[in-house]
Amino acid sequence: MRVSFTLNGKAVSLEVDPSARLLDTLRYSLGLTGSKEGCGEGECGACTVYLDGLPVNSCLVPTFQARGRRVETIESIDPASLAAMVESGATQCGACTPGVVMTACWLRRHPELLSSHTARELMAGNLCRCTGYDGIVDGIEASMKKGRC
Amino acid sequence: MLTPTTVDEACEMLSRGGAAPTLIAGATDVLVHWPMNLAARDRAYVDLSGVDSLRGISWTDDSLTLGALATYWDVVRETRVGREFPLLVSAARQVGAVQIQSRGTWAGNIVNASPAADGVPVLMAYDAVVVMRSSSGVEEVRLDEFYVGYKKMRRRSDQLVTAVRVPRRAHDVQFFEKVGARRAQAISKVGLAVAHSGAGWRVVAASVAETVRRCRAVEGMLERGEAVRSVGDVVSALRQDISPIDDVRSTAVYRERVLARLIYHGLRGVCPGFS
Ligand SMILES: Cc1cc2nc3c(=O)[nH]c(=O)nc-3n(C[C@H](O)[C@H](O)[C@H](O)COP(=O)(O)OP(=O)(O)OC[C@H]3O[C@@H](n4cnc5c(N)ncnc54)[C@H](O)[C@@H]3O)c2cc1C
Ligand code: FES
Ligand code: FES
Repeated sequence: MRVSFTLNGKAVSLEVDPSARLLDTLRYSLGLTGSKEGCGEGECGACTVYLDGLPVNSCLVPTFQARGRRVETIESIDPASLAAMVESGATQCGACTPGVVMTACWLRRHPELLSSHTARELMAGNLCRCTGYDGIVDGIEASMKKGRC
Repeated sequence: MLTPTTVDEACEMLSRGGAAPTLIAGATDVLVHWPMNLAARDRAYVDLSGVDSLRGISWTDDSLTLGALATYWDVVRETRVGREFPLLVSAARQVGAVQIQSRGTWAGNIVNASPAADGVPVLMAYDAVVVMRSSSGVEEVRLDEFYVGYKKMRRRSDQLVTAVRVPRRAHDVQFFEKVGARRAQAISKVGLAVAHSGAGWRVVAASVAETVRRCRAVEGMLERGEAVRSVGDVVSALRQDISPIDDVRSTAVYRERVLARLIYHGLRGVCPGFS
Protein backbone atom coordinates (compact mmCIF):
# COMPACT_ATOMS: atom_id res chain seq x y z
CA MET A 1 0.00 0.00 0.00
CA ARG A 2 1.11 3.59 -0.61
CA VAL A 3 1.92 5.67 2.44
CA SER A 4 2.78 9.39 2.48
CA PHE A 5 4.01 11.32 5.49
CA THR A 6 6.39 14.07 6.54
CA LEU A 7 9.83 12.77 7.46
CA ASN A 8 12.24 15.17 9.15
CA GLY A 9 10.41 18.08 7.56
CA LYS A 10 10.25 16.66 4.01
CA ALA A 11 7.34 14.94 2.29
CA VAL A 12 7.93 11.25 1.50
CA SER A 13 5.69 8.78 -0.27
CA LEU A 14 6.44 5.12 -0.76
CA GLU A 15 4.94 1.70 -1.37
CA VAL A 16 5.11 -0.51 1.75
CA ASP A 17 3.95 -3.95 2.77
CA PRO A 18 0.95 -3.63 5.15
CA SER A 19 2.91 -5.56 7.79
CA ALA A 20 5.94 -3.23 7.66
CA ARG A 21 6.97 -1.65 10.95
CA LEU A 22 7.98 2.01 10.87
CA LEU A 23 11.43 1.05 12.23
CA ASP A 24 12.10 -1.20 9.21
CA THR A 25 10.70 1.30 6.73
CA LEU A 26 12.99 3.99 8.12
CA ARG A 27 16.06 1.77 8.17
CA TYR A 28 15.67 -0.38 5.09
CA SER A 29 13.43 1.54 2.68
CA LEU A 30 14.49 5.08 3.54
CA GLY A 31 18.11 4.47 4.55
CA LEU A 32 17.84 6.19 7.94
CA THR A 33 19.74 3.69 10.04
CA GLY A 34 20.13 5.89 13.13
CA SER A 35 17.10 4.36 14.88
CA LYS A 36 18.15 1.01 16.36
CA GLU A 37 16.32 -2.21 17.11
CA GLY A 38 17.11 -3.39 20.63
CA CYS A 39 14.18 -5.59 21.54
CA GLY A 40 11.50 -5.23 18.88
CA GLU A 41 8.78 -5.26 21.52
CA GLY A 42 8.51 -1.81 22.98
CA GLU A 43 10.68 -2.34 26.06
CA CYS A 44 14.04 -0.70 25.35
CA GLY A 45 13.39 2.57 23.50
CA ALA A 46 16.39 2.24 21.13
CA CYS A 47 13.97 2.77 18.23
CA THR A 48 12.40 5.97 19.63
CA VAL A 49 11.20 8.51 17.03
CA TYR A 50 8.63 11.31 17.24
CA LEU A 51 5.19 10.76 15.76
CA ASP A 52 3.35 14.07 15.59
CA GLY A 53 5.85 15.40 18.12
CA LEU A 54 5.53 12.65 20.75
CA PRO A 55 8.13 9.96 21.43
CA VAL A 56 7.00 6.50 20.29
CA ASN A 57 8.70 3.14 19.79
CA SER A 58 8.96 2.80 16.00
CA CYS A 59 9.15 -1.00 16.37
CA LEU A 60 5.51 -0.90 17.52
CA VAL A 61 4.19 1.45 14.84
CA PRO A 62 2.85 -0.16 11.68
CA THR A 63 4.14 2.07 8.87
CA PHE A 64 0.66 2.62 7.47
CA GLN A 65 -0.26 4.41 10.71
CA ALA A 66 2.25 7.13 9.82
CA ARG A 67 0.14 8.19 6.83
CA GLY A 68 -0.54 11.90 6.88
CA ARG A 69 1.55 12.35 10.03
CA ARG A 70 4.84 13.92 11.03
CA VAL A 71 7.77 11.59 11.74
CA GLU A 72 11.10 12.83 13.12
CA THR A 73 14.14 10.65 13.65
CA ILE A 74 17.56 10.97 15.28
CA GLU A 75 18.86 12.21 11.91
CA SER A 76 16.91 15.44 12.52
CA ILE A 77 18.86 16.30 15.68
CA ASP A 78 21.78 18.73 15.45
CA PRO A 79 24.85 16.89 16.83
CA ALA A 80 26.27 20.17 18.10
CA SER A 81 23.40 20.36 20.59
CA LEU A 82 24.58 17.17 22.28
CA ALA A 83 27.88 18.41 23.68
CA ALA A 84 26.66 18.47 27.28
CA MET A 85 25.48 14.87 27.05
CA VAL A 86 28.78 13.69 25.60
CA GLU A 87 30.71 15.47 28.34
CA SER A 88 28.58 13.98 31.14
CA GLY A 89 29.14 10.41 29.95
CA ALA A 90 25.61 9.87 28.68
CA THR A 91 26.91 7.47 26.05
CA GLN A 92 29.30 4.53 26.15
CA CYS A 93 28.70 1.66 23.72
CA GLY A 94 26.09 3.80 21.95
CA ALA A 95 23.46 1.13 21.31
CA CYS A 96 20.82 2.99 23.32
CA THR A 97 22.04 6.48 22.43
CA PRO A 98 19.83 7.38 19.45
CA GLY A 99 16.75 6.56 21.50
CA VAL A 100 18.07 8.24 24.63
CA VAL A 101 18.84 11.39 22.66
CA MET A 102 15.35 11.46 21.13
CA THR A 103 13.61 11.27 24.50
CA ALA A 104 16.11 13.66 26.09
CA CYS A 105 15.62 16.25 23.32
CA TRP A 106 11.85 15.94 23.59
CA LEU A 107 12.17 16.67 27.30
CA ARG A 108 14.47 19.60 26.59
CA ARG A 109 11.87 21.02 24.21
CA HIS A 110 9.15 20.61 26.87
CA PRO A 111 10.69 21.84 30.12
CA GLU A 112 7.15 22.32 31.48
CA LEU A 113 6.97 18.54 31.88
CA LEU A 114 9.48 18.79 34.70
CA SER A 115 6.85 20.47 36.89
CA SER A 116 4.92 17.18 37.02
CA HIS A 117 7.55 14.54 36.17
CA THR A 118 11.18 13.86 36.97
CA ALA A 119 13.68 13.40 34.14
CA ARG A 120 14.14 9.82 35.34
CA GLU A 121 10.44 9.02 34.99
CA LEU A 122 10.34 10.46 31.46
CA MET A 123 13.50 8.54 30.51
CA ALA A 124 12.25 5.23 31.95
CA GLY A 125 11.44 3.83 28.50
CA ASN A 126 15.07 4.05 27.36
CA LEU A 127 17.09 1.18 28.75
CA CYS A 128 20.88 1.48 28.92
CA ARG A 129 23.23 -1.31 29.94
CA CYS A 130 26.36 0.83 30.18
CA THR A 131 26.02 4.23 31.81
CA GLY A 132 24.06 3.47 34.96
CA TYR A 133 21.81 6.38 33.90
CA ASP A 134 23.48 9.04 36.06
CA GLY A 135 25.46 10.33 33.07
CA ILE A 136 22.24 10.54 31.06
CA VAL A 137 20.33 12.42 33.74
CA ASP A 138 23.28 14.76 34.43
CA GLY A 139 23.62 15.42 30.70
CA ILE A 140 19.94 16.30 30.41
CA GLU A 141 20.15 18.67 33.37
CA ALA A 142 23.28 20.35 32.01
CA SER A 143 21.85 20.68 28.52
CA MET A 144 18.50 22.05 29.76
CA LYS A 145 20.46 25.10 30.83
CA LYS A 146 22.13 25.46 27.46
CA GLY A 147 19.01 25.56 25.31
CA ARG A 148 17.30 23.58 22.62
CA CYS A 149 18.07 20.40 20.69
CA MET B 1 -5.68 -3.80 5.67
CA LEU B 2 -8.79 -1.68 5.94
CA THR B 3 -8.52 2.02 6.77
CA PRO B 4 -11.91 3.51 7.67
CA THR B 5 -12.25 7.24 8.38
CA THR B 6 -15.68 7.18 10.04
CA VAL B 7 -17.34 5.06 12.73
CA ASP B 8 -20.05 3.98 10.27
CA GLU B 9 -17.45 2.75 7.81
CA ALA B 10 -15.60 0.87 10.55
CA CYS B 11 -18.85 -0.79 11.72
CA GLU B 12 -19.70 -1.80 8.19
CA MET B 13 -16.25 -3.43 7.83
CA LEU B 14 -16.75 -5.32 11.10
CA SER B 15 -20.12 -6.67 9.96
CA ARG B 16 -18.84 -8.30 6.74
CA GLY B 17 -18.74 -11.84 8.15
CA GLY B 18 -15.89 -14.35 7.94
CA ALA B 19 -13.13 -14.49 10.55
CA ALA B 20 -13.42 -11.71 13.13
CA PRO B 21 -11.24 -8.80 11.99
CA THR B 22 -8.48 -7.48 14.25
CA LEU B 23 -8.91 -3.83 15.18
CA ILE B 24 -5.78 -1.73 15.58
CA ALA B 25 -5.67 1.39 17.75
CA GLY B 26 -2.29 2.29 19.33
CA ALA B 27 -0.93 -1.13 18.28
CA THR B 28 1.08 -1.59 21.50
CA ASP B 29 -0.57 -4.95 22.14
CA VAL B 30 -1.30 -5.96 18.55
CA LEU B 31 2.24 -5.34 17.23
CA VAL B 32 3.90 -7.48 19.87
CA HIS B 33 2.44 -10.53 18.10
CA TRP B 34 2.53 -9.02 14.63
CA PRO B 35 2.60 -11.50 11.74
CA MET B 36 5.42 -10.87 9.27
CA ASN B 37 3.08 -11.62 6.41
CA LEU B 38 -0.39 -10.16 6.81
CA ALA B 39 -1.59 -11.43 3.46
CA ALA B 40 -1.19 -15.03 4.63
CA ARG B 41 -3.68 -14.42 7.44
CA ASP B 42 -7.31 -15.39 7.03
CA ARG B 43 -8.54 -12.23 8.72
CA ALA B 44 -8.87 -8.55 7.93
CA TYR B 45 -7.10 -5.86 9.92
CA VAL B 46 -9.02 -2.64 10.56
CA ASP B 47 -6.92 0.40 11.42
CA LEU B 48 -8.81 2.83 13.63
CA SER B 49 -6.12 5.53 13.63
CA GLY B 50 -7.78 7.42 10.77
CA VAL B 51 -11.17 7.69 12.51
CA ASP B 52 -10.70 11.18 13.89
CA SER B 53 -14.05 11.31 15.69
CA LEU B 54 -12.73 8.65 18.12
CA ARG B 55 -9.90 10.90 19.36
CA GLY B 56 -9.67 12.88 22.53
CA ILE B 57 -11.39 13.53 25.83
CA SER B 58 -14.67 15.36 26.40
CA TRP B 59 -16.73 16.49 29.38
CA THR B 60 -20.44 16.89 30.09
CA ASP B 61 -22.08 17.97 33.35
CA ASP B 62 -22.21 14.42 34.62
CA SER B 63 -19.46 12.48 32.85
CA LEU B 64 -16.00 12.32 31.36
CA THR B 65 -15.79 10.56 27.99
CA LEU B 66 -12.58 9.01 26.72
CA GLY B 67 -12.83 8.48 22.96
CA ALA B 68 -11.69 5.06 21.78
CA LEU B 69 -8.42 6.59 20.56
CA ALA B 70 -7.76 8.58 23.76
CA THR B 71 -4.29 7.63 25.01
CA TYR B 72 -2.71 7.49 28.44
CA TRP B 73 -0.68 10.57 27.55
CA ASP B 74 -3.87 12.49 26.62
CA VAL B 75 -5.05 11.84 30.18
CA VAL B 76 -1.71 12.70 31.79
CA ARG B 77 -1.68 16.05 29.97
CA GLU B 78 -5.28 17.07 30.75
CA THR B 79 -5.04 18.78 34.15
CA ARG B 80 -8.76 18.55 34.72
CA VAL B 81 -8.59 14.74 34.68
CA GLY B 82 -5.88 14.97 37.32
CA ARG B 83 -8.16 17.04 39.52
CA GLU B 84 -11.32 14.97 39.15
CA PHE B 85 -10.02 11.49 38.41
CA PRO B 86 -6.53 11.32 39.89
CA LEU B 87 -6.41 7.53 39.69
CA LEU B 88 -6.61 7.69 35.89
CA VAL B 89 -3.46 9.80 35.89
CA SER B 90 -1.60 7.65 38.39
CA ALA B 91 -2.41 4.48 36.45
CA ALA B 92 -1.53 6.13 33.11
CA ARG B 93 1.87 7.19 34.43
CA GLN B 94 2.59 3.61 35.46
CA VAL B 95 1.79 2.06 32.08
CA GLY B 96 5.04 1.04 30.37
CA ALA B 97 6.91 4.30 29.80
CA VAL B 98 6.23 7.51 27.89
CA GLN B 99 6.70 5.82 24.48
CA ILE B 100 3.88 3.40 25.37
CA GLN B 101 1.71 6.05 27.08
CA SER B 102 1.81 8.19 23.93
CA ARG B 103 0.36 5.36 21.82
CA GLY B 104 -1.61 3.02 24.09
CA THR B 105 -5.36 3.64 24.40
CA TRP B 106 -7.77 3.02 27.28
CA ALA B 107 -10.15 1.20 24.93
CA GLY B 108 -7.30 -1.04 23.73
CA ASN B 109 -6.44 -1.84 27.34
CA ILE B 110 -10.07 -2.85 27.98
CA VAL B 111 -10.44 -5.06 24.90
CA ASN B 112 -6.99 -6.63 25.29
CA ALA B 113 -8.57 -7.93 28.51
CA SER B 114 -5.38 -8.73 30.39
CA PRO B 115 -6.01 -9.61 34.05
CA ALA B 116 -2.88 -7.53 34.77
CA ALA B 117 -4.07 -4.37 33.00
CA ASP B 118 -3.51 -1.02 34.74
CA GLY B 119 -6.10 1.11 32.94
CA VAL B 120 -8.98 -1.28 33.61
CA PRO B 121 -8.89 -1.32 37.46
CA VAL B 122 -8.99 2.45 37.85
CA LEU B 123 -11.78 2.80 35.28
CA MET B 124 -13.72 0.04 37.04
CA ALA B 125 -13.26 1.72 40.43
CA TYR B 126 -14.86 4.84 38.92
CA ASP B 127 -17.83 2.81 37.53
CA ALA B 128 -16.87 3.34 33.88
CA VAL B 129 -19.20 2.22 31.10
CA VAL B 130 -18.01 0.74 27.79
CA VAL B 131 -19.85 2.27 24.83
CA MET B 132 -20.00 0.08 21.70
CA ARG B 133 -21.40 0.60 18.21
CA SER B 134 -22.24 -1.85 15.46
CA SER B 135 -24.35 -1.74 12.34
CA SER B 136 -27.27 -2.81 14.53
CA GLY B 137 -26.96 0.01 17.06
CA VAL B 138 -25.38 1.25 20.27
CA GLU B 139 -24.85 -0.88 23.36
CA GLU B 140 -23.48 0.16 26.73
CA VAL B 141 -22.05 -2.29 29.24
CA ARG B 142 -20.72 -1.44 32.67
CA LEU B 143 -17.01 -2.28 32.82
CA ASP B 144 -17.57 -4.30 36.01
CA GLU B 145 -19.96 -6.52 34.02
CA PHE B 146 -17.92 -6.55 30.80
CA TYR B 147 -15.64 -9.54 31.47
CA VAL B 148 -17.07 -13.04 31.67
CA GLY B 149 -13.87 -15.12 31.82
CA TYR B 150 -10.19 -15.10 30.87
CA LYS B 151 -9.98 -12.78 27.83
CA LYS B 152 -13.74 -13.27 27.34
CA MET B 153 -16.00 -10.28 27.28
CA ARG B 154 -19.46 -9.08 26.44
CA ARG B 155 -18.43 -7.66 23.10
CA ARG B 156 -19.43 -9.23 19.81
CA SER B 157 -16.80 -9.27 17.09
CA ASP B 158 -18.88 -6.81 15.03
CA GLN B 159 -18.91 -4.28 17.85
CA LEU B 160 -16.54 -1.34 17.92
CA VAL B 161 -15.79 0.28 21.25
CA THR B 162 -16.36 3.97 20.51
CA ALA B 163 -15.85 5.43 23.98
CA VAL B 164 -15.44 4.84 27.69
CA ARG B 165 -17.70 6.96 29.85
CA VAL B 166 -16.90 7.75 33.47
CA PRO B 167 -19.52 9.30 35.77
CA ARG B 168 -18.39 12.45 37.60
CA ARG B 169 -18.74 12.00 41.34
CA ALA B 170 -17.02 13.37 44.40
CA HIS B 171 -14.68 10.77 45.89
CA ASP B 172 -13.48 11.09 49.46
CA VAL B 173 -11.17 8.06 49.32
CA GLN B 174 -9.26 6.94 46.24
CA PHE B 175 -5.94 5.23 45.65
CA PHE B 176 -4.20 3.05 43.10
CA GLU B 177 -1.32 0.71 43.84
CA LYS B 178 0.71 -1.28 41.34
CA VAL B 179 3.28 -3.79 42.48
CA GLY B 180 5.69 -4.78 39.72
CA ALA B 181 9.27 -5.99 39.46
CA ARG B 182 10.39 -2.42 38.76
CA ARG B 183 8.75 0.98 38.54
CA ALA B 184 8.52 1.35 34.75
CA GLN B 185 8.07 -1.18 31.94
CA ALA B 186 6.69 -3.80 34.31
CA ILE B 187 3.49 -5.81 34.20
CA SER B 188 1.82 -5.86 37.59
CA LYS B 189 2.15 -8.76 40.02
CA VAL B 190 -0.70 -7.20 41.98
CA GLY B 191 -2.84 -4.16 41.22
CA LEU B 192 -5.41 -2.41 43.42
CA ALA B 193 -7.76 0.51 42.85
CA VAL B 194 -10.00 1.71 45.68
CA ALA B 195 -12.58 4.50 45.50
CA HIS B 196 -15.38 5.69 47.76
CA SER B 197 -18.19 8.01 46.70
CA GLY B 198 -21.93 8.43 47.27
CA ALA B 199 -22.27 5.26 45.19
CA GLY B 200 -20.39 3.26 47.83
CA TRP B 201 -17.07 1.45 48.05
CA ARG B 202 -15.25 0.06 45.03
CA VAL B 203 -12.33 -2.27 45.60
CA VAL B 204 -10.89 -3.52 42.30
CA ALA B 205 -8.01 -5.97 42.05
CA ALA B 206 -5.77 -6.89 39.12
CA SER B 207 -3.53 -9.92 38.51
CA VAL B 208 -5.33 -12.05 41.09
CA ALA B 209 -8.08 -13.67 39.01
CA GLU B 210 -8.95 -14.49 35.39
CA THR B 211 -10.04 -10.91 34.87
CA VAL B 212 -9.63 -7.60 36.62
CA ARG B 213 -12.49 -7.71 39.12
CA ARG B 214 -14.35 -6.01 41.92
CA CYS B 215 -13.80 -7.60 45.32
CA ARG B 216 -17.42 -7.62 46.41
CA ALA B 217 -16.92 -9.44 49.71
CA VAL B 218 -14.37 -6.83 50.77
CA GLU B 219 -16.65 -4.04 49.54
CA GLY B 220 -19.50 -5.52 51.62
CA MET B 221 -17.31 -5.58 54.69
CA LEU B 222 -16.51 -1.89 54.16
CA GLU B 223 -20.14 -0.94 53.51
CA ARG B 224 -21.22 -2.59 56.75
CA GLY B 225 -18.43 -0.82 58.64
CA GLU B 226 -17.22 -4.12 60.09
CA ALA B 227 -14.32 -3.97 62.51
CA VAL B 228 -11.08 -4.84 60.71
CA ARG B 229 -8.21 -5.21 63.15
CA SER B 230 -5.59 -7.04 61.11
CA VAL B 231 -4.48 -8.06 57.65
CA GLY B 232 -5.96 -11.46 58.46
CA ASP B 233 -9.46 -9.97 58.70
CA VAL B 234 -9.05 -8.68 55.13
CA VAL B 235 -7.75 -12.04 53.91
CA SER B 236 -10.87 -13.91 55.00
CA ALA B 237 -13.11 -11.66 52.93
CA LEU B 238 -10.64 -11.45 50.06
CA ARG B 239 -10.57 -15.25 49.64
CA GLN B 240 -14.18 -15.11 48.47
CA ASP B 241 -13.22 -12.60 45.79
CA ILE B 242 -9.96 -13.69 44.22
CA SER B 243 -8.31 -16.81 42.78
CA PRO B 244 -4.65 -15.95 42.28
CA ILE B 245 -2.26 -18.35 40.53
CA ASP B 246 1.48 -19.00 40.34
CA ASP B 247 2.97 -17.77 37.08
CA VAL B 248 6.16 -16.26 35.64
CA ARG B 249 5.64 -12.98 37.46
CA SER B 250 4.65 -14.09 40.93
CA THR B 251 3.00 -16.67 43.17
CA ALA B 252 -0.54 -17.08 44.45
CA VAL B 253 0.62 -16.79 48.07
CA TYR B 254 2.54 -13.57 47.42
CA ARG B 255 -0.35 -12.05 45.51
CA GLU B 256 -2.94 -12.73 48.18
CA ARG B 257 -0.71 -11.53 50.98
CA VAL B 258 0.39 -8.35 49.24
CA LEU B 259 -3.12 -7.46 48.07
CA ALA B 260 -4.52 -7.91 51.60
CA ARG B 261 -1.78 -5.69 53.00
CA LEU B 262 -2.32 -3.01 50.40
CA ILE B 263 -6.02 -2.95 51.28
CA TYR B 264 -5.45 -2.98 55.03
CA HIS B 265 -2.72 -0.35 55.14
CA GLY B 266 -4.44 1.79 52.50
CA LEU B 267 -7.67 1.96 54.50
CA ARG B 268 -6.34 2.09 58.03
CA GLY B 269 -7.07 5.52 59.44
CA VAL B 270 -9.28 6.24 56.43
CA CYS B 271 -12.16 3.81 56.68
CA PRO B 272 -14.22 3.64 59.88
CA GLY B 273 -13.90 0.18 61.35
CA PHE B 274 -10.22 -0.25 60.43
CA SER B 275 -7.84 -0.16 63.36
C1 LIG C 1 6.54 -2.40 26.40
C2 LIG C 1 5.08 -2.46 26.79
C3 LIG C 1 4.72 -2.13 28.07
C4 LIG C 1 3.38 -2.18 28.46
N1 LIG C 1 3.08 -1.85 29.74
C5 LIG C 1 1.81 -1.94 30.16
C6 LIG C 1 1.48 -1.62 31.51
O1 LIG C 1 2.34 -1.26 32.32
N2 LIG C 1 0.17 -1.72 31.89
C7 LIG C 1 -0.81 -2.11 31.01
O2 LIG C 1 -1.97 -2.17 31.40
N3 LIG C 1 -0.52 -2.42 29.73
C8 LIG C 1 0.76 -2.34 29.28
N4 LIG C 1 1.06 -2.67 27.99
C9 LIG C 1 -0.01 -3.14 27.09
C10 LIG C 1 -0.64 -2.08 26.19
O3 LIG C 1 0.21 -0.97 26.02
C11 LIG C 1 -1.98 -1.57 26.73
O4 LIG C 1 -2.86 -2.66 26.92
C12 LIG C 1 -2.63 -0.54 25.80
O5 LIG C 1 -3.64 0.13 26.50
C13 LIG C 1 -3.22 -1.14 24.55
O6 LIG C 1 -3.79 -0.10 23.76
P1 LIG C 1 -3.52 0.03 22.19
O7 LIG C 1 -4.31 1.17 21.71
O8 LIG C 1 -2.06 0.06 21.92
O9 LIG C 1 -4.15 -1.35 21.71
P2 LIG C 1 -4.01 -2.20 20.38
O10 LIG C 1 -2.76 -3.00 20.43
O11 LIG C 1 -4.24 -1.36 19.18
O12 LIG C 1 -5.27 -3.13 20.61
C14 LIG C 1 -5.39 -3.98 21.75
C15 LIG C 1 -6.63 -4.87 21.61
O13 LIG C 1 -7.81 -4.10 21.66
C16 LIG C 1 -8.56 -4.22 20.46
N5 LIG C 1 -9.11 -2.90 20.22
C17 LIG C 1 -8.43 -1.71 20.22
N6 LIG C 1 -9.28 -0.68 20.08
C18 LIG C 1 -10.52 -1.19 19.99
C19 LIG C 1 -11.82 -0.62 19.85
N7 LIG C 1 -12.00 0.71 19.75
N8 LIG C 1 -12.90 -1.45 19.78
C20 LIG C 1 -12.73 -2.79 19.89
N9 LIG C 1 -11.52 -3.39 20.04
C21 LIG C 1 -10.43 -2.60 20.08
C22 LIG C 1 -7.59 -4.72 19.44
O14 LIG C 1 -8.19 -5.43 18.41
C23 LIG C 1 -6.69 -5.60 20.30
O15 LIG C 1 -7.30 -6.83 20.53
C24 LIG C 1 2.39 -2.60 27.54
C25 LIG C 1 2.76 -2.93 26.23
C26 LIG C 1 4.09 -2.86 25.85
C27 LIG C 1 4.47 -3.22 24.45
S1 FES D 1 13.44 -1.93 19.58
FE1 FES D 1 11.67 -0.75 19.83
S2 FES D 1 11.53 -0.56 21.98
FE2 FES D 1 13.20 -1.92 21.76
S1 FES E 1 25.56 3.29 26.20
FE1 FES E 1 25.58 1.15 25.98
S2 FES E 1 23.48 0.66 26.23
FE2 FES E 1 23.53 2.72 26.73
